[in-house]
Amino acid sequence: MKRVDLIVIGAGPAGLSAAIEASSRGLSTVVFDENARPGGQLFKQIHKFFGSKEHKAKIRGFRIGQTLLDEAGKAGVDVVLNATVMGIYMEKEVVVRIGKAIEHIKADAIIVATGASENMVTFKGWTLPGVIGAGAAQTMMNLHGIKPGSRILMLGTGNVGLVVSFQLLQAGCEVVALADAAPSIGGYGVHAAKVARTGVPFYLSHTIVEAEGTDHVTGVTIAEVDHSFNFIPGTEKHFDVDTICVAVGLSPMSQLLKMAGCKMEDNPKRGGQVPIIDEHGATSVPGIFAAGDVAGIEEASSAMIEGRQAGLYASEYLGYIQDDTFGEGEADLDAALSGLRQGMFAPGNKGKVIEKTDEGIPVSTSLLHHGFVADDEIERFPGVTHRSGVHPVIECTQNIPCNPCQDACPKKCIEVGEHITALPHINEDNPCINCGMCVASCPGQAIFLIDEDCGDGTAEITLPYEFLPVPEEGTAGTALSRDGNPVCPATVVKLRTSKAFDQTVLLTMKVPKACAMQARFFKAN
Amino acid sequence: MSKNKGLTSLNDRSAAIPPFVPAADDDRIICRCEEVTKGEIRKAVHAGLWTLTEIRRYLRCGMGLCQGQTCAKLVKGIIARELGVSPALIEPATSRSPMRPTEMEVIANESEVDFK
Repeated sequence: MKRVDLIVIGAGPAGLSAAIEASSRGLSTVVFDENARPGGQLFKQIHKFFGSKEHKAKIRGFRIGQTLLDEAGKAGVDVVLNATVMGIYMEKEVVVRIGKAIEHIKADAIIVATGASENMVTFKGWTLPGVIGAGAAQTMMNLHGIKPGSRILMLGTGNVGLVVSFQLLQAGCEVVALADAAPSIGGYGVHAAKVARTGVPFYLSHTIVEAEGTDHVTGVTIAEVDHSFNFIPGTEKHFDVDTICVAVGLSPMSQLLKMAGCKMEDNPKRGGQVPIIDEHGATSVPGIFAAGDVAGIEEASSAMIEGRQAGLYASEYLGYIQDDTFGEGEADLDAALSGLRQGMFAPGNKGKVIEKTDEGIPVSTSLLHHGFVADDEIERFPGVTHRSGVHPVIECTQNIPCNPCQDACPKKCIEVGEHITALPHINEDNPCINCGMCVASCPGQAIFLIDEDCGDGTAEITLPYEFLPVPEEGTAGTALSRDGNPVCPATVVKLRTSKAFDQTVLLTMKVPKACAMQARFFKAN
Repeated sequence: MSKNKGLTSLNDRSAAIPPFVPAADDDRIICRCEEVTKGEIRKAVHAGLWTLTEIRRYLRCGMGLCQGQTCAKLVKGIIARELGVSPALIEPATSRSPMRPTEMEVIANESEVDFK
C-alpha cells in the first residue's frame, strides 16, 4: 500500500487550493478527482466573479481555474484524474478506482472537497428528455459548445438560475421565462437585472405544473402557488419550449465523510447533510477535514479560501508548520472569508426578508419580484447621480461583497469604502474621463456611462455588451428599458474593446434625451 | 397531512400515522434509475418503513446507477410528509463503498500501478 501525507478528494476550487497550500508547506499530497478534467465547476463559469481584488473579483471563473491549475503545477501537486474514490476506511485508508483497477492508498490526513450535486423537483413529465439541470446546461454550453435547446424555461432564480439564464441567452437560446416557487428572487439583483433587461419575464410564486410532450419536451405549463405552495386554479401559463432547465439548489456530496465516521448534521442553511466542522474545516475525526460546498453550499470564492484553510490546518496537524509562522496566513484567510460572508446574501441571512440596505435605503421590491429596479426606485440609490458630461450611473442596489468598481476607476470617481458590502457612491469632486473601466469591471453589469444631454436633444449611454454578433457602428435598433420593454429608437455610435475589458464590449448608443434614464439595453432591428 | 407532533423519534414505531390515501400523482416516478413511483414509496411508509435505509432495501430506490444522488432528497421529503415530521429528522441512507457504481471486474482488479 502506498502512503502520502495528505489525500485531497476533489480537484475543484476547494480541493486544488487545499492541495496547493499543503504542498507548498512540504506535505506529499495527492489529489483524486473522478472527472476527466480538473477545476470542478470553475471551467463552466464564463462570467466575471464578484468579490474584492484579493478574491479575484472581476476575473472570469475559467481563468481563475487556469490560475489554480498553474499554481498547483508549480507547487508540485499530483492531480490524478478519472480517479473515483470509492470509500474511506479505518486509519485513513482510501480506496480509489483509477481506470480499470483499484488502488489502496493511506494518508495521515484527508481533505474532502467533493462539492455538491444538483437538486431536482418532480412534476408531471419531469422524466421527459429535455428536462435538464442548470449545471448540465452549463456543461453542454461552456465545456462542449453545444446548445442545450432552442426555447427554454428556467425554474429557479437563485444565482445559478440567473447566471445560467444569461449564459443561455449568450449561447443564442431563447429563454422564455424564469419561474420560482419562492415569492422573491433568490440570487443577486444585478444578475436578475441583466437578464430582465433583455426582455425575459420573471414569474415569482410560480412553479411547473406539467412538462408536455410524449417522447421529449414540447411545452410547459406553470401556475401561481399560494403560501402553502398549492397551485391557484386559473393562473396557468403555457409556453412552447423544447427544454426545461432546473436550478433549485445544490446538495453537498458528503457521503464519504459520513462513511469515514465524521459527525454529520442536517443543516438546511448549509444545503443538507454536512459534516460538523470547526472554523478550520476539521471534522470530528482527527486528521479529516472538509472544504468547499461539501461542508455547506456557498460559492467558488469562499470554497477557495476554505480550501486554503483546510490545507493550512492539515499541515499544522501533521507538524509541518511552526507556531510562529502560522498566525499570519490564518488571520488573512479568516478576514477574507468573513469579508465574503457579509451583506444581504450572507449565509446567516438565508430566509430573512431584508427591507432596507445597510445605508437605510428601502430595497427595490420590483427587483425582488420582477427582476428589475423600477424607474421610480432607481434614483434613491447612491450610485445614481446626475451631472453634465459623461458620468457613471451605478445601478447597484443590494449590499453584496463586491468592490472592483472602486479600484477600476483611475480617477477615483467611485467609492465603496472600507466595507466591501457598502453600495458604491459617486465622488462628485473627481472628474469622469469616460475610460469605461468601471463598466467592464462590474461583475453585475450594473454600471453605465451616461451623457444625459449631448446638446442636440440626444443622450449617449455606454453599456456592457456580452452577446454575439456585436452590432456594428451605425446599427439602428431599439433601446430596451430595465424591464426589457422597447423604450425608444437607438443607434450604435461607438464600440470599444480592450484587453483590460476582458471580452466585455462597451457599446455606446444614442437615444433621445428623454430616455437617458430608461434605456439600458440595445437590440438591433 | 396533519403535523404529527407526538413523533419525536423514528424509532418510536408505536405512534400512529394517518392511513394511506391514494393521490393523483402516485404514479409519478421518483427514482428514475430503479423506476420507483411516489405511490410505492408512500405505501411503504404506511407499511411501517420509516427510514431511507429501510425503503431503499424494500423498493431499491437509490440503489441504481446514480446511487440516490438525485432521488435521496426527494424520497426523504416524501417520507417526512407522510410521517408529518421535518425532513431533517429523517436519517440519510447508510454510506458505504463503492460510492459510485463499479464493475465487479474492476473491484477484483487490485492494482500495483504507481500513479505517481
